[in-house]
Amino acid sequence: MHNRTKLVILSILSLGLIAIFLFSNLDGHWDYVLPRRAMKIFAIVLTGSAIAFSTVIFQTVTNNRILTPSIIGLDSLYLLIQTGLIFLFGSTHSLMNQYVNFFISVGFMIVFALLLYHFLFKREGENIYFLLLVGLIFGTFFNSLSEFMQVLIDPNEFQVVQDQMFASFNNVNTDLFYIALAGMAVTTLYFLKFAKFLDVLSLGKDQAINLGLNYDYIVKQIFIIVAILVSIATVLVGPITFLGLLVANVAYEFLKTYRHRVLILGAILVSIIALVGGQLIVERVFTFSTTISVIINFAGGVYFIYLLLRESRA
Amino acid sequence: MIEVKELSKTYGDKPVVNNVSVNIQKGKITSFIGPNGAGKSTLLSAVSRLIKYDIGNIDIDQQSISQWKNRELSKKMAILKQANNITVRLTVRELVSFGRFPYSQGNLTPEDIDHIDEAIAFMELENLENQYLDELSGGQKQRAHIAMVIAQDTDYILLDEPLNNLDMKHAVQIMKVLRRLVDELGKTVVIVIHDINFASFYSDYIVALKEGEIINQGPVDDIIEESSLKEIYDMDIPIKQLDRCKVCVYFG
Repeated sequence: MHNRTKLVILSILSLGLIAIFLFSNLDGHWDYVLPRRAMKIFAIVLTGSAIAFSTVIFQTVTNNRILTPSIIGLDSLYLLIQTGLIFLFGSTHSLMNQYVNFFISVGFMIVFALLLYHFLFKREGENIYFLLLVGLIFGTFFNSLSEFMQVLIDPNEFQVVQDQMFASFNNVNTDLFYIALAGMAVTTLYFLKFAKFLDVLSLGKDQAINLGLNYDYIVKQIFIIVAILVSIATVLVGPITFLGLLVANVAYEFLKTYRHRVLILGAILVSIIALVGGQLIVERVFTFSTTISVIINFAGGVYFIYLLLRESRA
Repeated sequence: MIEVKELSKTYGDKPVVNNVSVNIQKGKITSFIGPNGAGKSTLLSAVSRLIKYDIGNIDIDQQSISQWKNRELSKKMAILKQANNITVRLTVRELVSFGRFPYSQGNLTPEDIDHIDEAIAFMELENLENQYLDELSGGQKQRAHIAMVIAQDTDYILLDEPLNNLDMKHAVQIMKVLRRLVDELGKTVVIVIHDINFASFYSDYIVALKEGEIINQGPVDDIIEESSLKEIYDMDIPIKQLDRCKVCVYFG
Protein backbone atom coordinates (compact mmCIF):
# COMPACT_ATOMS: atom_id res chain seq x y z
CA MET A 1 0.00 0.00 0.00
CA HIS A 2 1.28 3.45 -0.82
CA ASN A 3 1.91 5.75 2.11
CA ARG A 4 -0.51 8.32 0.74
CA THR A 5 -3.25 5.69 0.74
CA LYS A 6 -2.43 4.80 4.32
CA LEU A 7 -2.63 8.43 5.38
CA VAL A 8 -5.97 8.79 3.62
CA ILE A 9 -7.28 5.72 5.46
CA LEU A 10 -6.11 7.15 8.79
CA SER A 11 -7.74 10.50 7.98
CA ILE A 12 -11.05 8.85 7.07
CA LEU A 13 -10.96 6.78 10.26
CA SER A 14 -10.27 9.78 12.46
CA LEU A 15 -12.89 11.95 10.73
CA GLY A 16 -15.39 9.09 11.01
CA LEU A 17 -14.76 8.69 14.75
CA ILE A 18 -15.04 12.44 15.24
CA ALA A 19 -18.37 12.42 13.37
CA ILE A 20 -19.69 9.56 15.52
CA PHE A 21 -18.56 11.35 18.62
CA LEU A 22 -20.20 14.62 17.58
CA PHE A 23 -23.47 13.42 16.07
CA SER A 24 -24.48 10.16 17.74
CA ASN A 25 -27.15 10.19 20.47
CA LEU A 26 -27.96 13.84 19.91
CA ASP A 27 -31.64 13.30 20.83
CA GLY A 28 -32.54 16.65 19.32
CA HIS A 29 -30.58 18.67 21.90
CA TRP A 30 -27.96 19.66 19.38
CA ASP A 31 -27.83 23.32 20.40
CA TYR A 32 -26.78 22.29 23.90
CA VAL A 33 -24.76 19.13 23.25
CA LEU A 34 -22.94 19.98 20.06
CA PRO A 35 -20.86 22.97 21.26
CA ARG A 36 -19.74 20.99 24.30
CA ARG A 37 -18.77 17.98 22.27
CA ALA A 38 -17.05 20.18 19.70
CA MET A 39 -14.97 21.78 22.44
CA LYS A 40 -13.96 18.35 23.71
CA ILE A 41 -13.02 17.25 20.21
CA PHE A 42 -10.91 20.36 19.69
CA ALA A 43 -9.10 19.71 22.95
CA ILE A 44 -8.52 16.08 21.98
CA VAL A 45 -7.20 16.95 18.54
CA LEU A 46 -4.97 19.68 19.92
CA THR A 47 -3.39 17.73 22.76
CA GLY A 48 -3.28 14.48 20.80
CA SER A 49 -1.42 16.20 17.98
CA ALA A 50 0.98 17.94 20.34
CA ILE A 51 1.85 14.70 22.13
CA ALA A 52 2.22 12.64 18.95
CA PHE A 53 4.28 15.33 17.26
CA SER A 54 6.57 15.98 20.22
CA THR A 55 7.16 12.27 20.85
CA VAL A 56 8.15 11.61 17.25
CA ILE A 57 10.64 14.47 17.11
CA PHE A 58 11.96 13.61 20.58
CA GLN A 59 12.56 10.02 19.54
CA THR A 60 14.30 11.18 16.38
CA VAL A 61 16.65 13.46 18.27
CA THR A 62 17.47 10.76 20.82
CA ASN A 63 17.62 8.06 18.11
CA ASN A 64 15.56 5.83 20.32
CA ARG A 65 12.07 4.55 19.75
CA ILE A 66 11.15 3.60 23.28
CA LEU A 67 11.60 6.98 24.92
CA THR A 68 8.94 9.59 25.52
CA PRO A 69 9.40 13.19 26.57
CA SER A 70 8.00 12.26 29.98
CA ILE A 71 11.42 10.76 30.72
CA ILE A 72 12.86 14.19 31.42
CA GLY A 73 10.40 14.48 34.29
CA LEU A 74 7.91 17.04 32.94
CA ASP A 75 4.85 15.00 33.98
CA SER A 76 6.21 14.60 37.48
CA LEU A 77 7.08 18.27 37.69
CA TYR A 78 3.51 19.15 36.70
CA LEU A 79 2.12 17.03 39.53
CA LEU A 80 4.64 18.52 41.92
CA ILE A 81 3.58 22.05 40.97
CA GLN A 82 -0.10 21.21 41.43
CA THR A 83 0.48 19.47 44.74
CA GLY A 84 2.87 22.15 45.93
CA LEU A 85 0.46 25.00 45.16
CA ILE A 86 -2.32 23.29 47.08
CA PHE A 87 0.02 22.31 49.88
CA LEU A 88 1.31 25.85 50.32
CA PHE A 89 -1.76 27.96 49.55
CA GLY A 90 -4.78 25.66 49.66
CA SER A 91 -7.19 24.92 46.86
CA THR A 92 -9.17 28.15 47.28
CA HIS A 93 -6.26 30.55 46.97
CA SER A 94 -6.16 32.92 43.99
CA LEU A 95 -3.11 31.05 42.65
CA MET A 96 -5.44 28.18 41.90
CA ASN A 97 -7.20 30.39 39.40
CA GLN A 98 -6.98 28.54 36.13
CA TYR A 99 -5.10 31.22 34.20
CA VAL A 100 -2.52 31.84 36.87
CA ASN A 101 -2.12 28.12 37.36
CA PHE A 102 -1.71 27.59 33.63
CA PHE A 103 1.06 30.13 33.28
CA ILE A 104 2.82 29.07 36.47
CA SER A 105 2.82 25.42 35.40
CA VAL A 106 3.85 25.97 31.79
CA GLY A 107 6.46 28.50 32.91
CA PHE A 108 8.02 26.23 35.50
CA MET A 109 8.08 23.23 33.18
CA ILE A 110 9.78 25.10 30.36
CA VAL A 111 12.27 26.76 32.71
CA PHE A 112 13.07 23.36 34.20
CA ALA A 113 13.67 21.81 30.78
CA LEU A 114 15.89 24.72 29.79
CA LEU A 115 17.92 24.59 32.98
CA LEU A 116 18.35 20.86 32.61
CA TYR A 117 19.56 21.32 29.08
CA HIS A 118 21.69 24.35 29.82
CA PHE A 119 23.63 22.92 32.74
CA LEU A 120 24.26 19.61 31.11
CA PHE A 121 25.21 20.82 27.67
CA LYS A 122 27.53 23.59 28.69
CA ARG A 123 30.10 20.91 29.35
CA GLU A 124 31.48 19.34 26.25
CA GLY A 125 31.26 15.64 25.61
CA GLU A 126 28.03 15.06 27.49
CA ASN A 127 25.56 13.20 25.39
CA ILE A 128 21.81 13.30 25.33
CA TYR A 129 21.49 10.07 27.28
CA PHE A 130 23.15 11.66 30.26
CA LEU A 131 20.55 14.41 30.08
CA LEU A 132 17.78 11.81 30.02
CA LEU A 133 19.26 9.97 32.98
CA VAL A 134 19.39 13.15 35.05
CA GLY A 135 15.83 13.95 33.94
CA LEU A 136 14.71 10.51 35.04
CA ILE A 137 16.22 11.00 38.47
CA PHE A 138 14.63 14.44 38.80
CA GLY A 139 11.29 12.89 37.80
CA THR A 140 11.55 10.33 40.59
CA PHE A 141 12.56 13.07 43.00
CA PHE A 142 9.54 15.20 42.03
CA ASN A 143 7.24 12.20 42.41
CA SER A 144 8.52 11.50 45.91
CA LEU A 145 8.14 15.14 46.91
CA SER A 146 4.57 15.22 45.59
CA GLU A 147 3.68 12.05 47.44
CA PHE A 148 5.19 13.44 50.60
CA MET A 149 2.97 16.52 50.38
CA GLN A 150 -0.06 14.51 49.32
CA VAL A 151 -0.04 12.47 52.53
CA LEU A 152 0.23 15.62 54.63
CA ILE A 153 -2.59 17.67 53.14
CA ASP A 154 -6.24 17.68 54.12
CA PRO A 155 -8.14 14.77 52.45
CA ASN A 156 -10.50 17.21 50.77
CA GLU A 157 -7.58 19.06 49.29
CA PHE A 158 -6.17 15.74 48.18
CA GLN A 159 -9.31 15.22 46.13
CA VAL A 160 -8.45 18.36 44.19
CA VAL A 161 -4.91 17.12 43.60
CA GLN A 162 -6.16 13.72 42.55
CA ASP A 163 -8.35 15.38 39.98
CA GLN A 164 -5.24 16.78 38.34
CA MET A 165 -3.40 13.47 38.40
CA PHE A 166 -5.29 11.87 35.57
CA ALA A 167 -5.69 13.00 32.02
CA SER A 168 -9.24 14.03 31.31
CA PHE A 169 -11.06 15.70 28.47
CA ASN A 170 -14.26 16.02 30.44
CA ASN A 171 -13.83 19.57 31.62
CA VAL A 172 -11.52 21.49 29.34
CA ASN A 173 -11.55 25.22 30.00
CA THR A 174 -12.57 27.08 26.85
CA ASP A 175 -10.52 30.21 27.46
CA LEU A 176 -7.39 28.25 28.38
CA PHE A 177 -7.93 26.30 25.23
CA TYR A 178 -7.41 29.34 23.05
CA ILE A 179 -4.27 30.37 24.89
CA ALA A 180 -2.92 26.82 24.50
CA LEU A 181 -3.86 26.82 20.83
CA ALA A 182 -2.00 30.07 20.27
CA GLY A 183 1.04 28.78 22.16
CA MET A 184 1.15 25.60 20.14
CA ALA A 185 0.63 27.41 16.85
CA VAL A 186 3.58 29.72 17.52
CA THR A 187 5.77 26.78 18.57
CA THR A 188 4.83 24.81 15.47
CA LEU A 189 5.64 27.78 13.25
CA TYR A 190 9.06 28.00 14.89
CA PHE A 191 9.51 24.27 14.38
CA LEU A 192 9.01 24.58 10.62
CA LYS A 193 12.48 26.16 10.47
CA PHE A 194 13.95 22.84 11.61
CA ALA A 195 11.54 20.42 9.93
CA LYS A 196 13.86 19.62 7.04
CA PHE A 197 16.63 18.50 9.41
CA LEU A 198 14.65 15.70 11.06
CA ASP A 199 15.28 13.03 8.45
CA VAL A 200 19.01 13.71 8.66
CA LEU A 201 18.96 13.72 12.46
CA SER A 202 17.54 10.21 12.42
CA LEU A 203 20.83 9.03 10.89
CA GLY A 204 22.60 9.87 14.13
CA LYS A 205 24.91 12.61 15.34
CA ASP A 206 27.98 11.84 13.23
CA GLN A 207 26.07 11.71 9.96
CA ALA A 208 24.11 14.83 10.88
CA ILE A 209 27.34 16.77 11.39
CA ASN A 210 28.84 15.26 8.26
CA LEU A 211 25.85 16.49 6.27
CA GLY A 212 26.36 20.02 7.51
CA LEU A 213 23.91 20.38 10.38
CA ASN A 214 24.69 22.67 13.30
CA TYR A 215 23.91 19.69 15.49
CA ASP A 216 24.09 21.11 19.01
CA TYR A 217 22.02 24.15 18.14
CA ILE A 218 19.32 22.22 16.30
CA VAL A 219 19.01 19.60 19.02
CA LYS A 220 18.65 22.32 21.62
CA GLN A 221 15.91 24.06 19.67
CA ILE A 222 14.00 20.82 19.15
CA PHE A 223 14.37 20.01 22.82
CA ILE A 224 12.81 23.37 23.71
CA ILE A 225 9.99 22.83 21.22
CA VAL A 226 9.25 19.43 22.76
CA ALA A 227 9.28 20.91 26.26
CA ILE A 228 6.81 23.66 25.31
CA LEU A 229 4.42 21.30 23.52
CA VAL A 230 4.44 18.73 26.29
CA SER A 231 3.97 21.37 28.97
CA ILE A 232 0.98 22.96 27.28
CA ALA A 233 -0.68 19.61 26.56
CA THR A 234 -0.11 18.39 30.11
CA VAL A 235 -1.47 21.53 31.72
CA LEU A 236 -4.51 21.48 29.46
CA VAL A 237 -5.66 17.91 30.13
CA GLY A 238 -3.28 16.37 32.67
CA PRO A 239 -0.40 13.90 32.33
CA ILE A 240 -0.88 12.32 28.95
CA THR A 241 2.57 11.55 27.57
CA PHE A 242 1.92 7.78 27.88
CA LEU A 243 0.02 8.19 24.65
CA GLY A 244 3.05 9.35 22.67
CA LEU A 245 5.05 6.13 22.89
CA LEU A 246 2.12 4.14 21.60
CA VAL A 247 1.04 6.35 18.72
CA ALA A 248 4.58 7.03 17.54
CA ASN A 249 5.36 3.33 17.33
CA VAL A 250 2.06 2.48 15.68
CA ALA A 251 2.87 5.13 13.09
CA TYR A 252 6.38 3.72 12.48
CA GLU A 253 5.00 0.20 12.12
CA PHE A 254 2.11 1.17 9.92
CA LEU A 255 3.92 3.59 7.62
CA LYS A 256 7.37 1.98 7.47
CA THR A 257 9.21 5.07 6.33
CA TYR A 258 11.88 7.37 7.68
CA ARG A 259 10.29 10.49 6.18
CA HIS A 260 9.14 12.74 8.98
CA ARG A 261 6.64 14.60 6.87
CA VAL A 262 4.70 11.33 6.63
CA LEU A 263 5.58 10.02 10.09
CA ILE A 264 4.48 13.12 12.00
CA LEU A 265 1.20 13.36 10.12
CA GLY A 266 0.60 9.64 10.61
CA ALA A 267 1.36 9.77 14.34
CA ILE A 268 -0.99 12.73 14.77
CA LEU A 269 -3.81 10.87 13.01
CA VAL A 270 -3.22 7.69 15.02
CA SER A 271 -3.23 9.81 18.15
CA ILE A 272 -6.58 11.39 17.24
CA ILE A 273 -8.04 7.96 16.46
CA ALA A 274 -6.81 6.54 19.78
CA LEU A 275 -8.06 9.48 21.83
CA VAL A 276 -11.44 9.98 20.15
CA GLY A 277 -12.01 6.21 20.07
CA GLY A 278 -10.94 5.92 23.69
CA GLN A 279 -13.14 8.81 24.74
CA LEU A 280 -16.11 7.26 22.90
CA ILE A 281 -15.61 4.03 24.82
CA VAL A 282 -15.20 5.88 28.12
CA GLU A 283 -18.39 7.86 27.60
CA ARG A 284 -20.70 5.51 25.73
CA VAL A 285 -19.59 2.04 26.82
CA PHE A 286 -18.31 2.55 30.36
CA THR A 287 -20.41 5.67 31.03
CA PHE A 288 -17.48 7.47 32.67
CA SER A 289 -16.72 4.62 35.08
CA THR A 290 -13.14 4.47 33.81
CA THR A 291 -10.57 6.93 32.43
CA ILE A 292 -9.19 7.26 28.96
CA SER A 293 -5.68 6.54 30.25
CA VAL A 294 -6.79 3.06 31.27
CA ILE A 295 -8.39 2.31 27.92
CA ILE A 296 -5.42 3.51 25.91
CA ASN A 297 -2.85 1.82 28.10
CA PHE A 298 -4.79 -1.42 27.83
CA ALA A 299 -5.15 -1.27 24.06
CA GLY A 300 -1.56 -0.08 23.72
CA GLY A 301 -0.24 -2.84 25.94
CA VAL A 302 -2.02 -5.50 23.93
CA TYR A 303 -0.66 -4.04 20.72
CA PHE A 304 2.88 -4.01 22.09
CA ILE A 305 2.72 -7.63 23.18
CA TYR A 306 1.49 -8.44 19.70
CA LEU A 307 4.46 -6.59 18.18
CA LEU A 308 6.91 -8.37 20.47
CA LEU A 309 5.47 -11.79 19.70
CA ARG A 310 5.53 -11.11 15.99
CA GLU A 311 9.12 -9.86 16.09
CA SER A 312 10.32 -12.90 18.03
CA ARG A 313 8.73 -15.25 15.52
CA ALA A 314 10.32 -13.52 12.53
CA MET B 1 45.10 21.09 1.55
CA ILE B 2 44.26 20.21 5.14
CA GLU B 3 46.75 21.71 7.57
CA VAL B 4 46.70 20.52 11.16
CA LYS B 5 48.75 22.81 13.39
CA GLU B 6 49.92 21.92 16.89
CA LEU B 7 46.69 20.14 17.69
CA SER B 8 46.01 18.74 21.16
CA LYS B 9 43.02 16.97 22.62
CA THR B 10 42.68 15.57 26.12
CA TYR B 11 39.98 13.38 27.63
CA GLY B 12 39.92 14.13 31.33
CA ASP B 13 43.63 14.65 32.00
CA LYS B 14 44.80 12.04 29.51
CA PRO B 15 46.19 13.56 26.33
CA VAL B 16 44.94 11.55 23.35
CA VAL B 17 46.38 13.77 20.67
CA ASN B 18 49.41 15.75 21.69
CA ASN B 19 50.80 18.67 19.71
CA VAL B 20 50.22 17.11 16.30
CA SER B 21 51.06 18.98 13.10
CA VAL B 22 50.49 17.42 9.72
CA ASN B 23 49.71 18.55 6.18
CA ILE B 24 47.44 16.43 4.06
CA GLN B 25 48.22 16.84 0.37
CA LYS B 26 45.51 17.12 -2.21
CA GLY B 27 44.96 14.31 -4.70
CA LYS B 28 46.56 11.62 -2.57
CA ILE B 29 45.57 8.79 -0.27
CA THR B 30 46.94 9.49 3.18
CA SER B 31 46.85 6.67 5.72
CA PHE B 32 46.98 7.13 9.49
CA ILE B 33 48.60 4.07 11.00
CA GLY B 34 49.73 3.16 14.50
CA PRO B 35 48.89 0.90 17.41
CA ASN B 36 45.55 0.95 19.23
CA GLY B 37 45.07 4.06 21.32
CA ALA B 38 47.55 6.08 19.30
CA GLY B 39 44.98 8.80 18.63
CA LYS B 40 44.39 8.09 14.94
CA SER B 41 40.61 8.10 15.12
CA THR B 42 40.57 11.08 17.47
CA LEU B 43 42.74 13.04 15.04
CA LEU B 44 40.45 12.11 12.16
CA SER B 45 37.35 13.05 14.17
CA ALA B 46 38.86 16.41 15.09
CA VAL B 47 39.75 17.15 11.46
CA SER B 48 36.20 16.26 10.44
CA ARG B 49 34.73 18.45 13.27
CA LEU B 50 32.92 15.50 14.88
CA ILE B 51 34.71 16.33 18.11
CA LYS B 52 36.13 19.60 19.37
CA TYR B 53 39.85 19.93 19.99
CA ASP B 54 41.44 21.81 22.86
CA ILE B 55 44.48 23.55 21.45
CA GLY B 56 45.79 24.17 17.95
CA ASN B 57 44.18 24.85 14.64
CA ILE B 58 42.95 23.06 11.56
CA ASP B 59 42.87 24.85 8.22
CA ILE B 60 40.95 23.44 5.32
CA ASP B 61 41.88 25.14 2.06
CA GLN B 62 43.49 28.01 3.98
CA GLN B 63 40.44 28.66 6.11
CA SER B 64 40.19 27.70 9.75
CA ILE B 65 37.69 24.94 10.43
CA SER B 66 35.89 27.16 12.94
CA GLN B 67 35.26 29.79 10.25
CA TRP B 68 33.73 27.41 7.77
CA LYS B 69 29.94 27.45 7.60
CA ASN B 70 28.60 24.00 8.47
CA ARG B 71 26.77 23.60 5.21
CA GLU B 72 29.67 24.81 3.04
CA LEU B 73 32.11 22.55 4.83
CA SER B 74 29.83 19.57 4.24
CA LYS B 75 30.21 20.20 0.50
CA LYS B 76 33.98 20.22 0.93
CA MET B 77 34.66 17.35 3.28
CA ALA B 78 32.87 14.09 4.09
CA ILE B 79 33.51 11.72 6.96
CA LEU B 80 32.55 8.09 7.32
CA LYS B 81 32.94 6.67 10.82
CA GLN B 82 33.54 3.03 11.61
CA ALA B 83 30.31 2.50 13.54
CA ASN B 84 27.44 3.08 11.18
CA ASN B 85 24.57 1.83 13.25
CA ILE B 86 21.72 3.68 11.62
CA THR B 87 18.53 3.00 13.52
CA VAL B 88 16.08 3.84 10.75
CA ARG B 89 15.33 1.41 7.96
CA LEU B 90 16.63 2.74 4.64
CA THR B 91 17.15 1.37 1.18
CA VAL B 92 20.53 1.80 -0.47
CA ARG B 93 19.17 4.50 -2.74
CA GLU B 94 17.60 6.41 0.15
CA LEU B 95 20.90 6.34 2.03
CA VAL B 96 22.84 7.55 -0.98
CA SER B 97 20.26 10.34 -1.49
CA PHE B 98 21.10 11.68 1.95
CA GLY B 99 24.53 12.52 0.55
CA ARG B 100 22.87 15.31 -1.43
CA PHE B 101 21.43 17.00 1.65
CA PRO B 102 24.09 19.72 1.85
CA TYR B 103 23.09 20.84 -1.66
CA SER B 104 19.36 20.31 -1.78
CA GLN B 105 18.34 20.37 1.89
CA GLY B 106 16.03 17.45 1.25
CA ASN B 107 14.33 18.42 -2.01
CA LEU B 108 16.21 16.53 -4.68
CA THR B 109 16.77 18.35 -7.98
CA PRO B 110 17.42 16.52 -11.28
CA GLU B 111 21.10 17.36 -10.80
CA ASP B 112 21.05 15.65 -7.40
CA ILE B 113 19.47 12.58 -8.92
CA ASP B 114 22.25 12.45 -11.54
CA HIS B 115 24.83 12.53 -8.77
CA ILE B 116 23.00 9.76 -6.89
CA ASP B 117 22.84 7.58 -10.02
CA GLU B 118 26.54 8.16 -10.68
CA ALA B 119 27.50 7.29 -7.11
CA ILE B 120 25.45 4.10 -7.22
CA ALA B 121 27.00 3.15 -10.56
CA PHE B 122 30.50 3.97 -9.32
CA MET B 123 30.04 1.54 -6.41
CA GLU B 124 28.30 -1.04 -8.67
CA LEU B 125 25.21 -1.05 -6.50
CA GLU B 126 22.62 -0.85 -9.28
CA ASN B 127 21.20 -4.29 -8.50
CA LEU B 128 20.93 -3.54 -4.82
CA GLU B 129 19.65 0.02 -4.88
CA ASN B 130 16.15 -0.83 -3.70
CA GLN B 131 17.25 -3.30 -1.02
CA TYR B 132 17.15 -2.35 2.64
CA LEU B 133 20.49 -1.84 4.36
CA ASP B 134 19.71 -4.43 7.03
CA GLU B 135 19.35 -7.05 4.29
CA LEU B 136 22.90 -6.48 3.01
CA SER B 137 26.21 -8.09 3.92
CA GLY B 138 28.91 -6.07 5.66
CA GLY B 139 30.77 -5.43 2.42
CA GLN B 140 27.67 -4.32 0.55
CA LYS B 141 26.68 -2.05 3.41
CA GLN B 142 30.11 -0.44 3.44
CA ARG B 143 29.87 0.13 -0.31
CA ALA B 144 26.47 1.78 0.18
CA HIS B 145 27.93 4.14 2.78
CA ILE B 146 30.82 5.00 0.52
CA ALA B 147 28.34 5.65 -2.30
CA MET B 148 26.63 8.17 -0.04
CA VAL B 149 29.95 9.90 0.57
CA ILE B 150 30.58 9.96 -3.19
CA ALA B 151 27.15 11.50 -3.77
CA GLN B 152 28.13 14.19 -1.29
CA ASP B 153 30.70 15.16 -3.92
CA THR B 154 33.37 16.56 -1.62
CA ASP B 155 37.05 17.23 -2.35
CA TYR B 156 38.09 15.52 0.87
CA ILE B 157 36.88 12.10 1.95
CA LEU B 158 37.78 10.90 5.43
CA LEU B 159 37.20 7.29 6.43
CA ASP B 160 37.68 5.74 9.83
CA GLU B 161 38.74 2.11 9.44
CA PRO B 162 36.81 1.47 6.22
CA LEU B 163 38.01 -2.16 6.11
CA ASN B 164 36.74 -3.07 9.56
CA ASN B 165 35.06 -6.49 9.56
CA LEU B 166 35.49 -7.01 5.83
CA ASP B 167 36.93 -10.14 4.27
CA MET B 168 39.91 -9.95 1.90
CA LYS B 169 37.86 -9.71 -1.26
CA HIS B 170 35.70 -6.88 0.00
CA ALA B 171 38.61 -5.09 1.63
CA VAL B 172 40.47 -5.11 -1.69
CA GLN B 173 37.33 -3.95 -3.46
CA ILE B 174 36.97 -0.97 -1.11
CA MET B 175 40.64 -0.02 -1.38
CA LYS B 176 40.47 -0.16 -5.18
CA VAL B 177 37.48 2.13 -5.09
CA LEU B 178 39.36 4.61 -2.91
CA ARG B 179 42.27 4.46 -5.37
CA ARG B 180 39.88 5.17 -8.26
CA LEU B 181 38.36 8.08 -6.32
CA VAL B 182 41.81 9.64 -6.17
CA ASP B 183 43.06 8.68 -9.63
CA GLU B 184 39.88 9.17 -11.67
CA LEU B 185 37.93 11.80 -9.77
CA GLY B 186 40.80 13.73 -8.22
CA LYS B 187 39.57 13.37 -4.64
CA THR B 188 41.72 13.53 -1.55
CA VAL B 189 41.26 10.50 0.70
CA VAL B 190 42.35 10.16 4.31
CA ILE B 191 41.92 6.82 6.07
CA VAL B 192 42.61 5.32 9.44
CA ILE B 193 43.80 1.79 8.77
CA HIS B 194 45.24 -1.07 10.80
CA ASP B 195 46.52 -3.41 8.14
CA ILE B 196 49.88 -1.96 7.13
CA ASN B 197 49.97 -4.06 3.98
CA PHE B 198 46.85 -2.33 2.70
CA ALA B 199 48.44 0.98 3.64
CA SER B 200 51.58 -0.06 1.83
CA PHE B 201 49.81 -1.19 -1.35
CA TYR B 202 47.28 1.55 -1.77
CA SER B 203 48.32 4.78 -0.11
CA ASP B 204 50.61 7.55 -1.26
CA TYR B 205 51.52 9.02 2.06
CA ILE B 206 51.60 7.54 5.56
CA VAL B 207 51.31 9.30 8.90
CA ALA B 208 52.34 7.10 11.84
CA LEU B 209 51.03 7.94 15.28
CA LYS B 210 52.00 6.56 18.64
CA GLU B 211 50.77 7.65 22.05
CA GLY B 212 49.08 10.73 20.65
CA GLU B 213 52.08 12.02 18.76
CA ILE B 214 53.27 11.78 15.19
CA ILE B 215 56.25 9.49 15.28
CA ASN B 216 56.99 9.45 11.59
CA GLN B 217 55.44 10.60 8.34
CA GLY B 218 56.37 10.48 4.71
CA PRO B 219 55.83 8.76 1.36
CA VAL B 220 54.99 5.08 1.62
CA ASP B 221 58.51 3.83 0.89
CA ASP B 222 60.02 5.83 3.72
CA ILE B 223 57.64 4.48 6.33
CA ILE B 224 57.26 0.85 5.25
CA GLU B 225 60.78 0.10 6.29
CA GLU B 226 61.97 -2.21 9.06
CA SER B 227 63.53 0.27 11.47
CA SER B 228 60.64 2.70 11.11
CA LEU B 229 57.99 0.02 11.71
CA LYS B 230 59.85 -1.22 14.77
CA GLU B 231 59.69 2.25 16.21
CA ILE B 232 55.95 2.49 15.54
CA TYR B 233 54.78 -0.95 16.63
CA ASP B 234 57.56 -2.08 18.97
CA MET B 235 57.93 -5.34 17.08
CA ASP B 236 60.22 -6.73 14.43
CA ILE B 237 58.44 -6.77 11.10
CA PRO B 238 60.43 -8.27 8.23
CA ILE B 239 59.63 -6.73 4.86
CA LYS B 240 59.77 -8.70 1.62
CA GLN B 241 59.89 -7.15 -1.80
CA LEU B 242 57.21 -8.65 -4.03
CA ASP B 243 57.41 -7.35 -7.59
CA ARG B 244 57.29 -3.60 -6.96
CA CYS B 245 55.45 -3.74 -3.64
CA LYS B 246 56.67 -4.20 -0.12
CA VAL B 247 54.89 -6.81 2.04
CA CYS B 248 55.17 -6.72 5.80
CA VAL B 249 55.25 -10.16 7.32
CA TYR B 250 54.10 -9.42 10.85
CA PHE B 251 52.77 -12.82 11.85
CA GLY B 252 55.96 -14.29 13.30
